[in-house]
Amino acid sequence: MADSIPAVRHERARAPVQVRLFGDRIFNTATFILALSILALLFGLAVALIADSFPAIRAFGLHFFISADWDPVNEQYGALPFIYGTFVSSFIALALAVPLSLGVALCLSEMAPDWLSHRLGFLVDLLAAIPSVVYGLWAVFVMGPWIRDHVEPPLAHWFGWLPLFQGPKVAVGMLSAGIILAIMIIPYISSVCTDVFRVVPHTQREAALALGATKWEMVKTAVIPYGMTGVIGAIILGLGRALGETIAVAMVIGNSAQISASLFKPAATLASVIANEFAEATSDLYVAALIELGLVLLILGIVLNVVARALVLVVQQRRYRETGK
Amino acid sequence: MAAGVSNLHGETSYRYRKFKSDSMMAITVGATILTLIPLFLVLGYLLTKGVASLNWAFFTHMPAPVGEAGGGMANAIVGTLEVVGIACLIGVPIGVGAGLYLAANRASQFTNWVRFSADVLMGVPSIVVGIFAYAVIVRPFGGFSTLAGSVALAAIMIPLVTRTTEEMVLLVPPELREASLALGVPHWRTTLSVVARTALSGITTGVILAVARVSGETAPLLFTAFGNRFWSTSLFHPINTLTVQVYTYAISPFADWQRQAWAGALVLTGIILALELGVRWVTGGAAKAPR
Repeated sequence: MADSIPAVRHERARAPVQVRLFGDRIFNTATFILALSILALLFGLAVALIADSFPAIRAFGLHFFISADWDPVNEQYGALPFIYGTFVSSFIALALAVPLSLGVALCLSEMAPDWLSHRLGFLVDLLAAIPSVVYGLWAVFVMGPWIRDHVEPPLAHWFGWLPLFQGPKVAVGMLSAGIILAIMIIPYISSVCTDVFRVVPHTQREAALALGATKWEMVKTAVIPYGMTGVIGAIILGLGRALGETIAVAMVIGNSAQISASLFKPAATLASVIANEFAEATSDLYVAALIELGLVLLILGIVLNVVARALVLVVQQRRYRETGK
Repeated sequence: MAAGVSNLHGETSYRYRKFKSDSMMAITVGATILTLIPLFLVLGYLLTKGVASLNWAFFTHMPAPVGEAGGGMANAIVGTLEVVGIACLIGVPIGVGAGLYLAANRASQFTNWVRFSADVLMGVPSIVVGIFAYAVIVRPFGGFSTLAGSVALAAIMIPLVTRTTEEMVLLVPPELREASLALGVPHWRTTLSVVARTALSGITTGVILAVARVSGETAPLLFTAFGNRFWSTSLFHPINTLTVQVYTYAISPFADWQRQAWAGALVLTGIILALELGVRWVTGGAAKAPR
């Protein structure tokens, strides 16, 4: 009996073994190639952008990044107005979105009961589901005029001595772009922060409460310090989103390649100028200069994303080390 | 730690601390409400302005010539379906296959690199992906085309689908896989008809969320699919899409075009929210797109 079982199995399996290994080999190679195509995609993206921006890199070199002169008619291209516009609009967005996102995350992780927390979290996530062009449309026709009539006058009245808030009040400009960006990145920052606060071990909270801390003191001394690295990661992730956001910004920032101190004035970002001018770019050098702006965006996007993910991972691994789950 | 907690001075101090705690917590609730206001405002304006502008012609008519009132977005609706559909044909097999590979080969260095690339790709601004599609499709083929738009959207879908597929496959209990292998089923058939099949609902969820995400993309289509006022379903000609049409109408100076932009935005948002809400409803709220 003991001999017959292996014999039977052997006989029945002998032919398929070859087929089986052959099938496995085909399947493994196929999925390997598909996985490889992801590496190839990232590599191809970088190579295509470097290759196609090469005429501009060769023509302007590092001067491209310090020149504020963007003049397609005379074939002079400098990226400074767009780098400035990108960073200023993103920092307005962060200044508004970070406090709100932290509030949302604390409300969802510390205040709201589970059933409510998930429903509210879902609504906040819906903010991320609305397409960029719809935000742009709303910002152009509703938010921009409202900001011109109800936000910019008080700012100019109280803070008009700052160069930031001087000049004519218009619906499209840096401030409108920063505010719509803030609305768009809040769901990203708050959802990562909520996740980070939720992994803070209960023992940490209980320890703070047992020492007599009020709820806010517990949050301040136990929850936020524990998740700090993750919060910074979330903010950087939000910054990455804000830098690359295109259509909504292109619709409300006013598109002017001028650097001006006033936040009321029109400006332009790296992404918005590509969106506006790429399809109409006539000369090869013009296209190459726009692609070089895209290359800057690609590098910024990659660096910020890698740093942010690493920071969020640090918090999760710390919890894993300390609690084993 | 010590500063906040050891400061126990007695009754008044405690009352102050309690008050401070309650106010801070009230502020977090306020922040949540403030955050949700724009959501309701956007949806509210979409409904009021969009519904008022929506009519049957919107779905059945072509865009009207410049300056002329009326017309619709029939070609843009079909165009969005075509561009996204072809993007799925390209992106889903690659994403699912790569996800299966990542889940099956956890330990290798190559897997780590692929996973890292997928995460990095998720952080690449979509307009940069558009430039990539321009460089590899539009330039060599000598013109804007449906194919270029689909390639751009596929490149955005692939990392999303890959990461959800991997996560969903890892949720499949190893015993199922082992049971199938123990019965003598070859590896590849185990992966496809036991593991992938068990994870199928999760993978489908991931694909639908990725479709919802790319359906709302405008930036990568501006100089790939480009837009077209006329009827076209050809793979190698420019094609109209809802997002690009809404964008061009929104920044146009004509009141009737702006009206149609609201209608287009309503239809677009309706489709995307239906996909997202549908998936959440079916999965009981568990589904979440990777970021």
